[in-house]
Amino acid sequence: MAKALLVALWLITVLCLGLFWFHPWWLPALASAQGVAVDRQFKLTFALVGIAFLLAQTALGFLLWKYRANRSETSKRNLTGSTKTELFWTILTSLLFFTFAWTGARSWSQSHAGHTDADAKLPVDIEVTGMQFAWYFRYPGPDRVFGRTRPELQDASAGSVAAVGLDTSDPASRDDFVTTTLVVPANRNVRLTLRAQDVIHSYFVPELRFKQDAVPGMAIPVVFTPNREGNFEIVCAALCGLGHYRMRATMKVVNDAEFQAWLAKHAPPQPGAQP
Amino acid sequence: MTNSDSVKPPLIAIGAASAVVSNDAAGLLRRYIFSSDPKIVGLQYFFLALAAALVGILLSLLMRIHIIWPTAKIFGIGIAPESYLALVTMHATFMVFFVLTLAPQNAFGNYFLPLQIGAQRMAFPGLNMASFWLAFLSFLIMLAAFFVEGGAPISGWTHYAPLSAVPGAGPGQGLGLDLWLVSIAIFCVGSGIAAVNFIVTTVRFRAPGMTWMRLPLPCWAWFVTAFLILSAFSVLLAAAAMLFMDRHFGSSFFEPSGLVIAGQLVRHQGGSPLLWQHLFWFFGHPEVYIAILPGMGITSHLLSTFARRPVFGYRAMVYATIAIGVLGFGIWGHHMFTSGMNPHAAFAFSNLTLAIGVPSAVKTFNWLGTLWGGRLRFTTPMLFSIGFVSLFITGGLTGPILAQPTLDTYLHDTYFVVAHLHLIMGMAAVFAIFAATYFWFPRIFSRTMSEKLGRIHFWFTFLGAYATFVPMHLLGMAGHPRRYAQLTEVNYVHKLLPLQIFISIAAFVTMAAQILFLINLFWSIFRGNRSNPNLWEATTLEWEPLPAGAEVQRGAYEFGGNHNGKDFVPQAGLISRENKDEVGRKT
Repeated sequence: MAKALLVALWLITVLCLGLFWFHPWWLPALASAQGVAVDRQFKLTFALVGIAFLLAQTALGFLLWKYRANRSETSKRNLTGSTKTELFWTILTSLLFFTFAWTGARSWSQSHAGHTDADAKLPVDIEVTGMQFAWYFRYPGPDRVFGRTRPELQDASAGSVAAVGLDTSDPASRDDFVTTTLVVPANRNVRLTLRAQDVIHSYFVPELRFKQDAVPGMAIPVVFTPNREGNFEIVCAALCGLGHYRMRATMKVVNDAEFQAWLAKHAPPQPGAQP
Repeated sequence: MTNSDSVKPPLIAIGAASAVVSNDAAGLLRRYIFSSDPKIVGLQYFFLALAAALVGILLSLLMRIHIIWPTAKIFGIGIAPESYLALVTMHATFMVFFVLTLAPQNAFGNYFLPLQIGAQRMAFPGLNMASFWLAFLSFLIMLAAFFVEGGAPISGWTHYAPLSAVPGAGPGQGLGLDLWLVSIAIFCVGSGIAAVNFIVTTVRFRAPGMTWMRLPLPCWAWFVTAFLILSAFSVLLAAAAMLFMDRHFGSSFFEPSGLVIAGQLVRHQGGSPLLWQHLFWFFGHPEVYIAILPGMGITSHLLSTFARRPVFGYRAMVYATIAIGVLGFGIWGHHMFTSGMNPHAAFAFSNLTLAIGVPSAVKTFNWLGTLWGGRLRFTTPMLFSIGFVSLFITGGLTGPILAQPTLDTYLHDTYFVVAHLHLIMGMAAVFAIFAATYFWFPRIFSRTMSEKLGRIHFWFTFLGAYATFVPMHLLGMAGHPRRYAQLTEVNYVHKLLPLQIFISIAAFVTMAAQILFLINLFWSIFRGNRSNPNLWEATTLEWEPLPAGAEVQRGAYEFGGNHNGKDFVPQAGLISRENKDEVGRKT
C-alpha cells in the first residue's frame, strides 16, 4: 500500500505540474498594456506555488513509504513536537506569503489604486450598460459629455439610445450614440464606466486580464490600453439569470484613424452642439 | 436542567433516561426518533447529511450531463438553461449546508464530543433534539422548492441581490427563493442552538483532569467551529430576514433606485447590492472553515492514531485552529475584489487572506511531522486521512493565487474558483467525513466496515477527485466563466468542450464509486464482522472510558514505546505512583 501511495502521489504531482507547465489550455494571448504586469505576477506566483506543491506532495509520498509499518520497528520517536521546527516552518511560510502580499499589492496598486498614468492622457470615454442579457455601449459624441438617462424612459425593445433610457431633452444627450459592439482604438487609454440596469453583471474580456462587475446604482470606472487589433469576446462573468451564458458582445480594437472615421460615421450631425 | 454530578448514567447507555424508557411504541419513538441522546442525534444528523449528499450528487450528475450534452433528455425531460441554474444553486445549497456543515460538526461532534471529553451528556439535551428537527424541517422545505411553481431558485447559493430581491428577475426567483430563505433561516436557528450546546458542553462538562491541553484535537476543532457557527449563521439569519423583507414588506436594503427588471421599473430605492455581498460573505467565508476545521481535527487525530506516534506539535495545532477561526472572520472581502468595492479595501482583505495561509501551512507541516518517524498502518480511515492531506495541499495552494486581487480579477467567477473550492472545501472535507465514518463505524455499530471495499472506494475517489478537479483549473485559466448553462454561445468557451467532456467522465466514475461506500455502509451495519472493542488501538475516551470517579491524567496522543506489549497508553489509563517516571511526557 505504501508503494502504491508513493507512486500515486508522485505521479499526480508530475501530471499536475506537467499540465501547468505545458498548459495546453491557458491564458489567451494578451491584448492590453496593463496585462503585462498581471502575466508577470501569474508567472511568479505559479512558480512559487508549483515548488511548494512539488515539495509537499513528494514529501508526503516519501514519508508514507519510508515509515510504513512492516519496515520500521516500533516507532521510537516519541517526539511530540519541536519549537525550533515549528518556528522554522512558520517563518518560512510567512516569508513565502509575504512575497505574494508584497508583489501582489504592488501590481494591484498599479492597476487599481490610482490611475495616474492613464489619467495623464485624455482617455476615450465609453459607458457600458449591462442588462438581462445584453451589453450596450454609449459614446458621448463630440461634446465628450454623456447626456442624462432616466430609468423610466428605458425601452430595451427599441434598442439604441432608448435601451439605456437616454433623455433626449438634455442638450448633452443629442450627440450620444449607443452601439451593441464595443469599438475602441488601439494604444490609447480607454475608460469604461460600468453600469447595470437590472441585476449585477460582470464585464470580462480574458485578453484584457481583468473583469469588473457592473452593479445597479453604481458607476464603476475601469481604465485599460488595448494594444492588439482584432475582435475579442466580451462575456458576462456574474450570474445574472437564465440567459447568463449567452450575454456576450464583441470588442473591436481598431487603429486610431479607423476609430476616428467610425466615430464620425456614428455621431449624429451637431447643429447646436458645444464646440 | 440540573447539572448534578450525582446523576451519572453509564457512559454507553442510550439516553439519560434509557433505564426507565419502556420498549412500547412511545418509548421507541422517544429513544430513536425524538431522542435527546447525543448519540442518536449524531446518527440522525449523519443520515440526514447522507440523504442530502445523495441529492447533491444527483444534481451534479445532471449538471455534468447537461454541460457536455445540452440536448440530452433524462427520463424524457430536457434541461432548460434556467433549470441548469437551479441545479447549480441547489447542489451548492445541499452540499454546503446539509452535508459540509452538518456531517463533520453536528453528526460526529454530537456522537463523539461528549465521549471524547468524558462528559456524561450534552449540556442541553432538549435543545440538541430541537436543533436536529429544525435541520430536518429545513431540509424538507428546501426539497419543496423544487416542486413549486417556477421551481428552485436560480441565483446561485450566494443569491446576489438584486437578482434575488426581485421575483421578476427570473424563474425560480418567486416562491422557490422564498422557500430557500425560510429553509435557511430555520437552518441558522438550528445550527446556532447546536453550537451553543457544543460550547457549553466543552467548557462545563469535561471530565475531571481533562484540561484544555489534553483535549483530543477533534474536540478543539468542534469547539472553535461552534463559535464560528454561532457568529456566522447569526449574520446569515439577519441577511436572509432582510432579503425576505425586501421581497415582501417593501424595505430596500439591497436595491438601489432606478432598477428596471424585465421591462418593469422597480419601486425600491436607496439600497446597496454590495451590502448583501458583505453580509453574505461575512457568513460565507467562515462557513468554509466551519466545513474544514472539524475535518482538520479528525485528520490530525487519525494520522496520529495510525502513525502510532503522538501528534507532532499538538500546541501548534491548537493555536493554528484558533488562529484560523479568528482570521476567518476578517477575509470575507476576498470574494469581492471585482464587486466594485473600494479598491483600497482589497489590500487589507488580500493580506489577511494570505495571513490565514500561515496557520493552514503550519497544520500541513505538522501532519507531515506526525507521519515522520511513525509506524504507519494503512487502514481505510488512514488512507482517507492521507487523501485529505494531499487534497488539502493541492486545493490550498491555489489559495494564495486567488488571494491576490490582481490575479483574482482574472480568475474570479471562472472554473478556477470552482476547482479551488471543490478541492479544499468539498473533497478535503468529504475525505475527512469518509475517514471519520470508517474510523468510528465500529464504535457506533460494534461491527467493522469492509476494508477491501473501503480501499477500492478510496482509490477511485482519490484519483477521481484529482481527475475531476485539476483540469477545471485550466478551464479557469482559459477564462471559462462558471455557471454557464450552455457552452455553445461563446466561441472561446466552446473550444474548451473536450476538457469539459473529460471532466464529466471523471466525475461520473467518481460518483459511481460512491455506490461502493453505500453498499459497504449499509451491508456492514447489519452484516459486518463483529468488531473488537478498540480495534484500532486508539487512545481516546470513546474507546476506553474513564473508570468511574477517576481523573484524566494524560494527553490524548500517547503512542509509541512499549507499555506491556502495547505501543500506546489509553487516555483513561491511570498513572500509578511507582510508574510515574515511566511516563516521560508532560501534557
